[in-house]
Order: sequence, then structure tokens, then C-alpha cells
Amino acid sequence: MRRRRVLPGFGLSLGITLFYVALILALPIGSLLFKAASLGPEEYWRIVSSGRALASYRVTVLSAAAATLFNLVFGLALAWVLVRYSFPGKRLVDAIVDLPFALPTAVAGIALTTLFAGNGWFGSILAEAGIKVAYTPLGIIIAMAFTSLPFIVRTVQPVLEDLDPALEEAAQSLGGSDAAIFRKVILPLLTPALLAGVSLAFARSLGEFGAIIFIAGNRPFSTEITALLAFIRLEEYDYQAAAAIASVLLITAFVMLAVTNALQARALRYTRRS
Amino acid sequence: MKGNAKPPRVGDRPAIRRTLIATVLLVGAILILAPLVVIFAQAFSLGIGTFASTIAHPDTRHAIFLTVVTALIAVPVNTAFGVAAAWTITKFDFPGKRLLTIVIEIPFSISPIVAGVAYLFVYGLQGLFGPMLQSAEIKVLFALPGIVLASMFVTAPFVARELIPLMQAQGRDLEEAATSLGASGWRTFFSVTLPNIRWALLYGVVLCNARVMGEFGAVSVVSGNIRGQTNTLPLYVELLYHDYQTVGAFAAASVLTVLALVTIVAKILLECQGAGRAGPRALVGPVAILKEKTP
Amino acid sequence: MKITLENVEKTFDTFPAVRGVSLEVESGELVALLGPSGSGKTTILRMVAGLEYADGGRILFGAKDATDIPVRERGVGFVFQHYALFPHMTVAENISFGMKVSRRRRSRQEIDLRVDQLLSLVKLEGLNQRFPSQISGGQRQRVALARALAVDPGVLLLDEPFGALDASVRRDLRRWLRELHDELSITTLFVTHDQEEALDLADRVVILDQGRIVQAGTPREVCRSPNSAFVTRFLGDTNHLPGEIRNGRVYVGDIDIAPAATGEGPAEVFARPSDISWETGGPGVGATAIRVIDRPDGRRILAVTDRGHGIEIDVEPDVAVEAGSRGNLRFTRMNVYPANSARTP
Repeated sequence: MRRRRVLPGFGLSLGITLFYVALILALPIGSLLFKAASLGPEEYWRIVSSGRALASYRVTVLSAAAATLFNLVFGLALAWVLVRYSFPGKRLVDAIVDLPFALPTAVAGIALTTLFAGNGWFGSILAEAGIKVAYTPLGIIIAMAFTSLPFIVRTVQPVLEDLDPALEEAAQSLGGSDAAIFRKVILPLLTPALLAGVSLAFARSLGEFGAIIFIAGNRPFSTEITALLAFIRLEEYDYQAAAAIASVLLITAFVMLAVTNALQARALRYTRRS
Repeated sequence: MKGNAKPPRVGDRPAIRRTLIATVLLVGAILILAPLVVIFAQAFSLGIGTFASTIAHPDTRHAIFLTVVTALIAVPVNTAFGVAAAWTITKFDFPGKRLLTIVIEIPFSISPIVAGVAYLFVYGLQGLFGPMLQSAEIKVLFALPGIVLASMFVTAPFVARELIPLMQAQGRDLEEAATSLGASGWRTFFSVTLPNIRWALLYGVVLCNARVMGEFGAVSVVSGNIRGQTNTLPLYVELLYHDYQTVGAFAAASVLTVLALVTIVAKILLECQGAGRAGPRALVGPVAILKEKTP
Repeated sequence: MKITLENVEKTFDTFPAVRGVSLEVESGELVALLGPSGSGKTTILRMVAGLEYADGGRILFGAKDATDIPVRERGVGFVFQHYALFPHMTVAENISFGMKVSRRRRSRQEIDLRVDQLLSLVKLEGLNQRFPSQISGGQRQRVALARALAVDPGVLLLDEPFGALDASVRRDLRRWLRELHDELSITTLFVTHDQEEALDLADRVVILDQGRIVQAGTPREVCRSPNSAFVTRFLGDTNHLPGEIRNGRVYVGDIDIAPAATGEGPAEVFARPSDISWETGGPGVGATAIRVIDRPDGRRILAVTDRGHGIEIDVEPDVAVEAGSRGNLRFTRMNVYPANSARTP
């Protein structure tokens, strides 16, 4: 079979793309995996299953889950308010939702720490109620919630905008209450987008670094996230441990990517059918 | 509102409406607005003089300089890559196209720390090319090249992911028409394709730039954090903060915050031009981007 | 310029879109490629244009083998189904694009003059500075045609040229395009799924099914002598009755309706509604009217034969018939094919 291209530039553009992917993405990822693999299974297992590493997975995953859950509710509410209601300052709110994307994570980190530290605006109020945020897992959750909020809002918002009002009207004409219509008509239609947003937000929280390290306190076994542990191992010149722990993060990211894609494939099948 | 009264939609009851708006505004103010305000409040807490002297400090100026230089290299290179990738993926069919689209998106899912560590194992002393580079006396890590490479890794998908869904939706008809009229490849790209993707392209560039200038995790691994030499602005913020120079840290941070605000404004302006809305935006990812081709 | 296709083939992944098509389009001829969707007609057109490359066979322009010439150098004018006008360019810029990118340098005056000529040719004088979004669908179609003509193509190719237009605009544009073709006499090949459009416009109609040519001929040839049940059905409304050929006669049930041209055995009888008459006496296939539809130009009887086959007959406006009426069907014209050759289009 003769393989020729009608439009020009296939060789050049594919060449540039593959070269860049190989040099910028594949080479470092491959090197990291190679380094981790060269440890040998026993050594690798010893590092990634050490008590401190396990504690870091626990705090990272649990905090990410809590932050994602918070954003699932708050992000959906925010998207709903932005799409369905009009109120003064709405455009400003819509704009500022992107702040966590646009603001460098280190800046977000020091700002949140200052707010929630014992002497901060919010920290001092919460301290009176006996709640400590900064340098506790709660701080980690807040930092994660901040950085991953736009993912959920921005995935749900367009779907909510495009929701056909006739669907709701049909449900109303059939006698559904608001709560029932929301639960049985609107929510299922939003589910694919919510799932996509949730998996993105969760993945981002698992890998977040800059915003967290300032507020977390970074005490081993209690407020040390996995990304930081990898970083600390590097600073201790323990490159093998850094490689092993980074590889755990990397593999987790790949798994999350696969999950996200599977969810989206499902969601697309749904939309294609309708 | 106004004269065109409509029957209420779900959730339009005043009680629900007010409660939801109030809750969202309150939580939003605490979580998003307050950090923004506290940055400037802290930056100017010792008066404008202190602020100005922090900004004017040679280390700050060098950090700003390094950040700008990094962006000036990483952003154009990434843009060229993004355009090439989008052209390849949307204008041709070839085996492995789906895989390529997913691979390009990988940096989005990876922790920036992992990116930094990964680069260490390529160019560091214990890495693949480290010894070779050292004998040739080429410094990649703990120097500008390392910072640029790590930034490019982290932002690799930014331009491509804006262009791919748009160009996918636009199809190949225009390029085919131009080619059938005798236009060369470059001519087709510059006078037919580019004018129709320019806003999305700029959108991707703006977002890419913001991320490059603000990148922290990946860069902090590969930069070595040498004050006045390899400190980008976000790293410098961290350095000052850990030095208990809180006001200085926030003054430097306020520069980055202004950049973030400018980015948001640019983003809104570009969205008014229709950028950022192509394709199935709701489903942010490679599978959504690739739809079936028509025979 | 004469176009010759020799045994052209194209497969997409595993789907054989075009399977061995051979066709000659004479210089100055206007030929329609007609077929249902998936019949390969657009793929053939795109291969002639160079927008797809054939997997096998040859395409000749005149005596020259064009199979491997890239679209850019093939010198064809292609009008896309959805026009593919450059949205960021004015009408004039769209039309002049081909001249501007050409290796032959033209002066600005020459280009402007040619644009004006083309615009008057397609009856769009004065629209030079409009953008494609500011003109109607029919106007866009003509701009696309002017743009394709601007490069003086040896061959003009149109993909469903009227597919995206309203029925009324379609008819006018059809007649206009025919006049334009008679004036310019560029060899033209166009694709359509609308048999009326093909018959109305083309010198010759090529009917395709599943990637193969099933019949090619003048509109008169294909209408009067369709060579298969598929072509008969595809060209318009028709009734289908099972029949039998015995002793050189065609029978529907026990009724002898006509002499037979084909061999003995079971047969498929096709007759268009206007080729059957409704008689109240004499021989014929017995039927009962179910419903009568009145139309401006006549009446259509929906009836059931005594053997239970649904049938539709067009009769004169003054024929007295109503639901429940009994009648005998007389076949004035028909097409008979051996049984089991029929396929629903």
C-alpha cells in the first residue's frame, strides 16, 4: 500500500514532536524508572515500604481525598452559582476562580500559611476554637483544596451551561420536585464531568508540592507528603531512595492518567449516544 | 428578571438561591480572595519604602531576570513544539496517534518534584550524561539549562492542548482547499491555519508563560538554589521566607501575583475572542481531544 | 481535459471504499457520481483531486498519468461540500488566494480584474469586501466556485455542491451551474446523493454502490433502462412485486402482465406509480384501494393487491376512486429482474 500524505509537513512536524517528546519527556522519565529499577526488587521494596514512606503515602492520599471531596461539593456549588444565578460581582468571581492556576504555588503556599498560622487572620480565630490548621494535616488539605479547585469548577461549568433546559422542563412537567430533578436528572448528566474533574483534582493534589511544604510543617510520620520525602532524600544525597520514592509518585500518576482516560472514554460514549 | 418572566428553574427558589450564593461567596472569599489580599497586605506592611528596596535589591532583580530569561527560552520552544504536535495530530492519521496525544499530556499528571528528580538522573553526576557533561565542563544542572529544561517538561502540553481540540474541530478542509489552490505548506500554515488558531495559540502561550514563570517544585530540584545565580523568582520567595524575611518574601511574591492577575485578565480577554472554548473542554484530556476521523 | 480512471481502488483501514472503478469523462463533459452514502463517490472525487491517494489503479488527465501528482500541482478546481471558504478572508481575498500563491506572478491590477470578472461570472458583483460569514449559503457556494475557477483548472470537481442549501435555492443554482458549464465547458465531475439533481444537471450519470459502478449512462439511458433492481429503486419511487416468468411471459400471481425479456423462473417486477393504471374492468391484477391522497398534479392511490402486496399508483386528478374501491391494475411499463437480485438502497 502506498502511504503518502495529502497535506504537507508530516515528516517535519512529526519529527519535531517526537524529538521533543523523546528529549524532554521520555528521556528523564526513562532515566528515573531505570534508576529505580536498578535498585533491585528487595532494596526497592525496602525503601518504598519503609515506615516513613508509608506514613507519607497515608498523609498524601488521605489529604488529597479530603481536599477532593471538599472541592467536589464546593466546586459543584461554585459552578452552579456561576452558571445558574446572576448577582453583582459574578464576573469577578468567575475570573478569580482561575487564581489557583495562575498563582505560583510557592506564593500560594506562603499566603495560606500566613493566613492560617496561629497569629494569622484566620489562624488566630480558629485557635480560639481550639482548631490548629497550619503545620497539621488540615493545612495540607487546605493547600490541596486551593490548588485543585479550578479543575472541578472548570470541568463542570461548561457542561452545566450546555445542559438543555428542556430536560428540566420535561421533568417539571412530569411533576418532579426540585430536589428530585436535581438528583435524578441534573446530577447524572453532570457525573461524567464531575468524575473527570475529581480525578484531575485528585491527581494534582497527590503531586502538589510548592503550596504544601510551607503550611504542612513537614514533620516525618505526620505531616510529610511523599513529594517532599523524595525531595528530602535528594538533599541527603540518598539518590537511590529519591529515585524509588519518585518512581512511586510517577507510577501513581500513570495509574491516575489511565483512570482519567477511562472515565473520559466512558463519558464520551455517553455524550455520543445522546 | 426584567420583563421576560419565566417559570422558575430548578434551584431558583429565593431561599436556595441566596443560601448558595452566600455560602459560595463566603468560602470563596476565605479560600481564594483572602490569600490574594494577604500577599499585598504583607508586602506593604512595612510601607512602600521597604517594598521598593526589596524589589530593587540586586538578588531580587537577578531572580526576576533569570525568570524572564527562562520564560524567553522555554515558552517559544514549547510553542513551536505545541504547534508541530497539533499539526501532526490533527492533520494526519498515523498509527500511534492516540498514544502520542496521551504522552504529550503526561506532565500534567506528574508531580513537578518527579520531573525535577527525573532530570537529575539524566544530567546529574549520578545520571546518564552527568559524567560526560562534567568532563566536557558543560553545566546543565544547577544552572540555566537545567532550569529551562525542567520548565519545558512541566509546561510541554500547554500549547498543544489548546490547539489540538480546536484544530480537530476545524477539520482539514481549509488546508486542503489552500493546497488544491496551489499554496505551499508554509503558505497554507501562515495564511490559512494560523489566522484561525491565533487566539487559541496565544491563550496557550499565556498559560504556558504563567506556569514557566511560577514553576517551583521542578525548578527547585534542578536549580541548586544559589542566591544571585540560579534563583528564579519563586525560589527566591521561598528563600526569603525561610530566612524569616517575610515582608521581603511577600514583596517578591507580589510581583508574581501581579503576573498571575495579568494572566487572568489576558485569559479573559482571549476567551472573549473565542479562545479556550474549542472542542469538548469539559473533558480535559487526550481521549476527549481525539474524535473519530471521517472517511 | 479528459479524465480517465483505470481500475482505481481505495481502502480505509479495512473498509474497501472504492473497489476497482474504471471511468472515462470526456473533455468538456459534465458527469455526476450518484450513489447512497458509503458508496465511495466522494472518495473517487477526492482521488481525482489528489486529496486522497489511490491504493491501486491509475488516474489520467488527458494522456498524462496524474495518479502521483500532488493536489497542489494537479491543477484541479475543487469545491468542498461545506465550501471551506477561508473565514478570515474577504470574498475577494478568497477568490484571489490561488492567484496569489501561484508561481506565476500576477500584478495587483491583473488579480483585481480577474476577481471582478469571476464575481460577475457567478453573479456576485460588489460583494468583494464581504466576509464569508456575511453572505448567504447560496452566495458562499458561488464564491467557492469562483475561487476554484480562479486558478483556471483543467478539471472542476464539486463535492455535493448543493447539499447544504435549501430546496428552493438548490433548484435555481442547479440550472445556473448548468448554464455556466455550457459557457465555460470545463470538464466537470460532481458528487451527489440526490438522483433528481444528477438527472437534472449531468450529461452522464454514474451510479455507484458499495464502491463499484453499477451503471453509467445518459440520464435517459439510466432512467429508461436501469440495469438492476438497485438502480431502479435508487432512481425513484417504485413498486415491487414478486412475479414469475413462464413461457416468455411475466406473471404476477396468475395474471399475465407482459412479455418477458429475461429467462424463465421467479422474478422481481418493478413498476413506478405512474406506470400503472387503475382500471375498473378488464384484465389486470386485482386490488383494493386503502387510501387516496390528493395532490396538485394528480391522485395517488394506496392499494393492496389481492395477494396482499402494498402498491402505490398515480392517476389523473379526475379518476373517481375512494378507500374501499375495487380495481384492476394494468402495467404500462415495468422492469423485470431475476429474483434475489434486488437490494434495498
